[in-house]
Parts: sequence; structure tokens; C-alpha cells
Amino acid sequence: MAEALLNGNRAEAQTNTLLEVKHLSVDYLAASGVVHAVNDVSITLARGEILGLAGESGCGKSTLAYAIARLLRPPALITEGEVLYYPRTRVDEAGVQRVSTVSMHKREPRVQNLDIDEAEEAVDIMKMGAAELRAFRWTELAIVFQSAMNALNPVMKIGTQIMDVLQAHRPEMGPDARRQRALELLRLVGIAPDRINSYPHELSGGMRQRAIIAIALALSPEIIIMDEPTTALDVVMQREILIEITRLREQLGFSVIFITHDLSLLLELADKIAIMYAGRIVEQGSSFDLYDHPRHPYSYGLLHSFPTIRGPRRNVTGIPGSPPDLRAVPTGCAFNPRCPFAFAPCTGTLPTLSVADPEISEQLVACHLYNPELHPAGAPVEEEFAERYASLSERSKAS
Amino acid sequence: MNALDQLQTPSDARPDTPIMEIEHLRKLFPLRQINVFGPRRAVHAVEDSSFALYPGRATALVGESGSGKTTIARMLARLYDPTSGTILFQGQPVKMTGGNALREYRHHVQLVFQDPFSSLNPVHSVEYHLSRPLRVYGHVHNKREETEQILSLLNRVSLTPAEQFIQKFPHQLSGGQRQRVAIARALAARPEVLLADEPVSMLDVSIRLDILNLLLRLKREEHLALLYITHDIASALYFAEETLVMYAGQMVEGGPSQEVIQRPKHPYTQLLLSAAPDPDRMDPNQKGLGTLSARGEIPSLINPPTGCRFHPRCPYAMPICKERFPQRTDVGNGHWTHCFYYGDGGANLEQPPLLNLATPPAPRRRTGRAQRKPETPDTKENA
Repeated sequence: MAEALLNGNRAEAQTNTLLEVKHLSVDYLAASGVVHAVNDVSITLARGEILGLAGESGCGKSTLAYAIARLLRPPALITEGEVLYYPRTRVDEAGVQRVSTVSMHKREPRVQNLDIDEAEEAVDIMKMGAAELRAFRWTELAIVFQSAMNALNPVMKIGTQIMDVLQAHRPEMGPDARRQRALELLRLVGIAPDRINSYPHELSGGMRQRAIIAIALALSPEIIIMDEPTTALDVVMQREILIEITRLREQLGFSVIFITHDLSLLLELADKIAIMYAGRIVEQGSSFDLYDHPRHPYSYGLLHSFPTIRGPRRNVTGIPGSPPDLRAVPTGCAFNPRCPFAFAPCTGTLPTLSVADPEISEQLVACHLYNPELHPAGAPVEEEFAERYASLSERSKAS
Repeated sequence: MNALDQLQTPSDARPDTPIMEIEHLRKLFPLRQINVFGPRRAVHAVEDSSFALYPGRATALVGESGSGKTTIARMLARLYDPTSGTILFQGQPVKMTGGNALREYRHHVQLVFQDPFSSLNPVHSVEYHLSRPLRVYGHVHNKREETEQILSLLNRVSLTPAEQFIQKFPHQLSGGQRQRVAIARALAARPEVLLADEPVSMLDVSIRLDILNLLLRLKREEHLALLYITHDIASALYFAEETLVMYAGQMVEGGPSQEVIQRPKHPYTQLLLSAAPDPDRMDPNQKGLGTLSARGEIPSLINPPTGCRFHPRCPYAMPICKERFPQRTDVGNGHWTHCFYYGDGGANLEQPPLLNLATPPAPRRRTGRAQRKPETPDTKENA
């Protein structure tokens, strides 16, 4: 029954796509060789959804997010792919119909779906010009950066920093209206409005992070990219911020791309999770499916690499080895040197993302274990995962 | 090493003699006087803390930032002088003056810092970092011995092949490798006590576990007494036999880790637990993250709240909580707490019906669909 409900939600989400990343690849042109930071990544983000990107440092999750916002500069190079954004006509706070700023720019839309309303035309972010990008960023897509300590200007009051955004993007607003909006935003994220005249150093870490979220929300964007917004915070404050994010999402209906290496936190927060390894998505699915039955050996390893607070104490081993150098990624599946299940095809052919269990069509995995032609023994069961990982860590200790 | 293995005690049994005892430790950081005739002001960082460290056992100190846990570690490492209270090392009070006494003390007690990116000197190689303590403490007398010992240290912290790491500089190492070098440097002094100040909080999740397992192995094999400081309560349960919870400079709860974390008593411990990420709480039918019972932050420690410092945030605060700090109450199984709810001093084995803020939900059964085999797999291949 619960599953039926969940599946119903999924079907609805599919018709409600907000952002579609198609075959995106990003390289860094370094002197010592080309680093393939993001490799052929495709993913969709639905309206109002929280999408989690998880993986170890250097797996390309931040690069992917910055590529979506077109924030990468040389030596980073987007080599291929498109990111389609589906703008919509919105009714803003004052009840005025606000046409998406992106579609206001007169240019031929990349993809035209003649059956649907005009507002449903997709725009390719990768093809945007400077003016369009300026209109797109912040109004449609905002970013919350990793370190709250550095993202705010230390010599400007937080109120001024919020009003600054409004001044740049909503020139029609008067100073009083801007101030009103700033006060409203502070209240929204749970900061007392009288702190509008505070400098960043007068605020605690959690309040600074809230202030940054307020700035991101200033123009009611459709998408907010959050790059490890809570890593510098304590557990209690982290929890408060996450609760705040989910509350604001319910209230304002934006979508979130949440980047973190802490999968334990993401499982509770995100609707959908994509796990990245060496620049590719190795598994994606709803957070419940991923927690309940991870398919990829790497996902299983990540899920079992943090101690839990419930139940008896058990030994946790993690994933032996370290992520590969992205200049020389192993052939075939990049995870094969660390994988406890690696067999012949893993070094030869690259697995593609495909459905592992036809009943759960949302959960995709890139692993040969789920391909009966290559692996006729069938997919491993959970106990087998645990066993293989235990023996692998024994071996790595012995060597 | 084998001899040590045989000596090893089961981790649950507590050895009789502590290697280090801390009694009524207190630290005030005086502030600059703005008004010369005004009252003297100070940051009350740590108030009246007492605990002990045992060889071969780990004690975890858990709390938010600003709770004074790092101050305690730094006092134990003698980086700060305590305002009052005594530190006993092997039964002897630690001398607070004199350079030689300090050096002798640091021979036995070493500290691993939180941030491996700033605790290693970027202009020196791994070899230099490890050779300094070996020389300073007179463990080596010539170059050959030195190289031998450095290689064995690197092997002990699993930086293999050691020959390759010896000449590297910090910028050539990853965060986890740097932290291993920092641990090796602490081990070079051959200490009996290792103070680890959030050794894994700057590291990636998958590397954290490697470092924790390394410290666990060292604890077991070398019989080190460990003080493990963290804000991640799950890792305290994993790592330490004993857990102490600090709030705003006061120790509010302590006891065996299983007891403290599975059956938290103090409302603050319950708050910490309810805030910790816990995927088992995830419910597919329900969105959102639930609520926290207490909001807010650690109060200013310049004018800390009177009595129990948690009372402004505590959902169960009573009038008496504002007046004074409760006495230590034993709640059984070596578990104690400072909270009026459980009484005021003495042993309270009969607990009042509680208010559990962090009620653990029934363990969710996995649906076990992972065991089902795919029926119509996608065979598309991509070379």
C-alpha cells in the first residue's frame, strides 16, 4: 500500500520535469592530462523535488552542479551534453503573473513541444548567452555555497547583502520595498528581523548559513543548488537547517539539488539520490529504495561506511582503497579495482545505467552483476554483499 | 606486538588503575577589562569536570562546538593551564611549571589535532615531521635508527609502502593520509595517552572509518588510553567504551557508551541523539524530517545561564534548574547524569517515568527486495 502510494507519486513526478541533464561531460584541461570530472551524466529533477548527489570527494558531484549553473571557468570545459530547463508561468507573492525571465528573452527555444503550452518550452542552459544567463541565475536557479563563513561579505550588513541582490535583479523595486522583502526573507529562514543590520561576524555559524539561504531565496528561484551547506555545522544546527530547508520547500515549492558526502544525512532529506563515482552516476533511485536495497556494490559500501546509533555495536569496514585518479580512470567500470564482486567483464566493458528490478523502474544501476548475459548467476543478495566486503577488508589488512 | 596482544584485556572490563585522573578541572579565559573598576569578566569555558582515562580504553567526549570539549583536551595536553583542579598522571599530580617537566609530560601524553591540513608544516617532509619527536625524546641516536623507526611508524599507521611516503610533503597527501601522518607523529613520542580532538570531522565519510579503525587497532594493540572528542554521537558509540556528554562547559551525563546512547537520560543528550542523522528513522509514507525538541544554540559563556546551563533550551526546565547545578545522580550500570529530573545527588535506580525525547522507533524491517533477481534486465552495452 505504501509502495502503491510511492509509485503514484513517481508517475506524477515524471510529468513534472523541471530540469533535465542529458549526457553532460565536463573535463578539466590540466597540464598533466585531461581530467574527466563528469562523464556522460543524465539525470532529471522534478518540480519540488530534493535530489541528492552523493559520493566521495573528487567524484565530480560539485563539478556537475556548477556545470548546471554554468559557473565553471577554464580550465574546466563542458565537452558535451545539454541541460534542459522547463520554465513555467508563475504567480508571484503579490498575485501578479510572472512569466519566467528566461522565456522573456526573444530567442528560438532549443526544443519545442508544440502540443503543450508555450511556457513549457525547454531552454538549454548550455546554450545561453551572457544576458540570458544573468536573467536565469538567481531568479530561476540559486546556489548556496559550501562555506558559510566565506560566502558572505564580511564588511557588509546581511540586510544590505540581501537588498543588493534585489537591486541588481529587480530594478523596479524601490528601497522601501527592498527592505520589506529583506525583512520578510529573514523571518522566513528563522532569523529575527532586527538582525538586518548585523554584520556576518556578529552571527553564529548556523545563522550565517540561514542568511545565505535567505539570499538564495530572495528572488524565489525554482531550483536551489546546495553544496554541502551543513558540513561546517554542529549536528543540532545541521538538523535545524535541514528541517528549515524541507519546511521552506513545502511552503515555496522550489526544487533542491543537495550535494554532500554524508549519505546518512541525505537518506532522510532527499526524495531521490544519485550516487556518483569517478565522474559517473553508478546508481540512482528514491532514497527509500536506495537505503532498503542498494544495488551497486559501491552504494552498499557507502551505506555501510558509517556507524549507526541503533542496535548492538558491529564492526564497520568501509570501502578499502581510495577513489581513482581521474586522469587515468580504470577501464570498464571505474570501481572495479575496489569492488569485492569484480569479474572479467568489469575491466572490459563499461556498464550502463539500467533498471535492475522491473518492479522498481525508478532505481537504475550501472553494474554488470544485474546483466544476466554477463552474470548468469543473478544479482547478489544482501548477505553476499556483507560477506564479500568483510573478506575484502580482511585481505586488504593482511596485505 | 604479540606479547601485547596477549596482555590485552577484553574491552568491556575496566582496568583497575586509571592512567590519568582529572579532578574538578576548571578553566576561565579572562577577558580584557573595559571598565577598570567594573567586575572582572571571563569566559567560563569548563566547569568542574572530573573523569579518568584507562589504558586500552577509549573515552568519548561529546558535545556541540563551544561546549568546552577542545578546551579539556588542550588542558590535558598542557597547552592551556587549568584555572583550578588537578590532573593526576599515573597517580602523581602533574607539575604545572618548568620546561623539563612539560617535556617529560608530553612524552607520555600526545594530542592529535582536528585539522590535518593545518597541523602539518607545508615546507617539511613526512620524514622531518616524524624525526623531530624521535630525536627530541631520545628514541634514536643515529640516522639509520631514525629511518628504521620512521618506516615502522608509517607501517603502523598503514601508510604503505612506507618508503614511498617518507619523502613526501603534506601537499602530496590526501586528507586521510595527512591525518595518518599526524597520528604517526603523536605515536613517535611513544605516549601512553593519546588525545584525539575530532580526528575525523574534517575527512570524507568513507575515510573517517579507516582512521577510526586505525585508532581502534592502536588502542587494542598498543594499549593506549584514548580521549576521543567528537560531535558525532554515532561514532562515539562505535569507538569508545565510555561516553561523556558536555554542554556549555558542564558535564551533564556519562557512563558506558551503550548505556548513555541507547538510554539517554539528560534532555541535552536526547536532543543530540534526535539531531543525529539516522536513516532507520526514514519513513517512506511520510515526508519531512520531524521536529527538534529544543532550538537555539549554546549560550554565551561570558555570562552563562545560572544553575543548569541547559535550562533556557530545556523543554522540561523547572524553577530549581535556574538556581543551581544539580548534583550527580547515578541511574544504574555506571551511568550518571546531572539533572533534577532524576533527583539531586545520590543513586537513583528507580527512575521516574520519562519523557523520552529521542524515542527510538521500532527497528524497521527491511523489505528484502534486494534478494529478488531481475527478470527483464536491460542488456544494452556501451563500450
